[in-house]
Amino acid sequence: MTSVLSTIDKPLTETGGNRQVSWIGLIDPRIRILCAATFAVAVVACNDFLALSAAVVVAFGLLSVSRLPAMQTLKRVATMDSFIIFILLLLPFTVPGTQMFTLWGFPASWEGLWQAIEIALKANAIVLALMALVGTMEPVTLGHALHSLKVPAGLVHLLMFTVRYIDVLREEYLRLRQAMKARGFRPSTGWHTYRSFGYLVGMMLVRSMERSERILGAMKCRGFTGHIPLLDRMRFRPADALFAAGFCALLLGLAALEVTHGAI
Amino acid sequence: MHIVDGALSNPVVAAGVVLAVGGLAQGLRKLPMEKIPVAGVLSATFFVASLIHVPIGPSSVHLIMNGLAGLVLGWAAFPALFVGLLLQAVFFGFGGLTVLGVNTVVIAGPAVIVGLLLGGRIQNSPTRAAAIWAGLGGGLAIALTTAFVAIALALTGDEFLPAAKLVFLAHIPVIVIEALLTGAAVYLAKQVKPELFDDLQGAVR
Repeated sequence: MTSVLSTIDKPLTETGGNRQVSWIGLIDPRIRILCAATFAVAVVACNDFLALSAAVVVAFGLLSVSRLPAMQTLKRVATMDSFIIFILLLLPFTVPGTQMFTLWGFPASWEGLWQAIEIALKANAIVLALMALVGTMEPVTLGHALHSLKVPAGLVHLLMFTVRYIDVLREEYLRLRQAMKARGFRPSTGWHTYRSFGYLVGMMLVRSMERSERILGAMKCRGFTGHIPLLDRMRFRPADALFAAGFCALLLGLAALEVTHGAI
Repeated sequence: MHIVDGALSNPVVAAGVVLAVGGLAQGLRKLPMEKIPVAGVLSATFFVASLIHVPIGPSSVHLIMNGLAGLVLGWAAFPALFVGLLLQAVFFGFGGLTVLGVNTVVIAGPAVIVGLLLGGRIQNSPTRAAAIWAGLGGGLAIALTTAFVAIALALTGDEFLPAAKLVFLAHIPVIVIEALLTGAAVYLAKQVKPELFDDLQGAVR
């Protein structure tokens, strides 16, 4: 299930079992979500180089204990949107300040370079921590955890349905692509290609609609009344409290580094 | 187009969160439990569509198709696209956590605008006219998305202004491609299943 979403081969059970490969996976999912969120807010608030480097180290630490495939994950994180990389590369030339060097008559400033580095450090630290803490969860568990964190039921159900059908529809897409290939379709730049891709998306839309009608029919047949029960088997254990406390201590350490080092 | 954490100023991020929460609340209000399966399956469809890469010259772009999502889902496009962005951030590392609000407004906002502007026309027009309107809508959605990104960057600081302008120019081919694809998709959907748009307009909207 959800192989598109899985960043690791997890021993999944279709009902949303919560067996994980590392000890981080045993921590209460709600605690992991809250930790990732506080980490993100704390890191965004930091401006000091040392504090941000420490945050990146923390994120790498989380990545290594989460047992996500490191190379694969780092590659994913590194392939940021090309437009973000482009903006970061432009920053040294658009921020005024002490001149570093001149490229084709455009002066590059140290301040701009520092701002670009700061954004890159923040973005990577937060995304790595997010993937290590929350991305290791089974998507269904994420839904249940969000529900017990008081996210509206409608949104959680929408999330669950999306998670459930991403793989199904991806297979549908691959089947359609294979059928196109069998008929000699080779993508290139041109009206024919764009029209064919448009028809492909349109066909997926039609089939999805029909599929959802069948799903609703099947659900109604089993007594669906507009309410889906959410399993709520999460327990807050001493180990979770310990993890939360440890994580808070780390964040306080970051804050202390920011305050003491940044002030000098 | 995902903005990353740390790039935008705090007021912009906060405004993004507030707008996204408002949009989600409104979108969920238009989404009775009965319609969750349709919206969920379509949300998954648009997630898969965003993984499709379309060649453009020597390079390729991935689809966003938020205009089409708005035309099909109306207000419900907001929570549907939010779910996709959340999953992409958590499992793929695209975008970020604090900027999730901004990213949602940037992608889902134009979808809803296009849906409200053109949804009725798509529903009532004959196939060919509907396809042309949809093409306009698909292009408009990406143009608005790029403009929203540029506004978010410009509000953060003047140093992003040149980049924001260049990003907009660089996205003109993407606008054209999305317009063509959305038009073709609606053309086919109208022919194969004419009631597709009626069904959802009546219920989800």
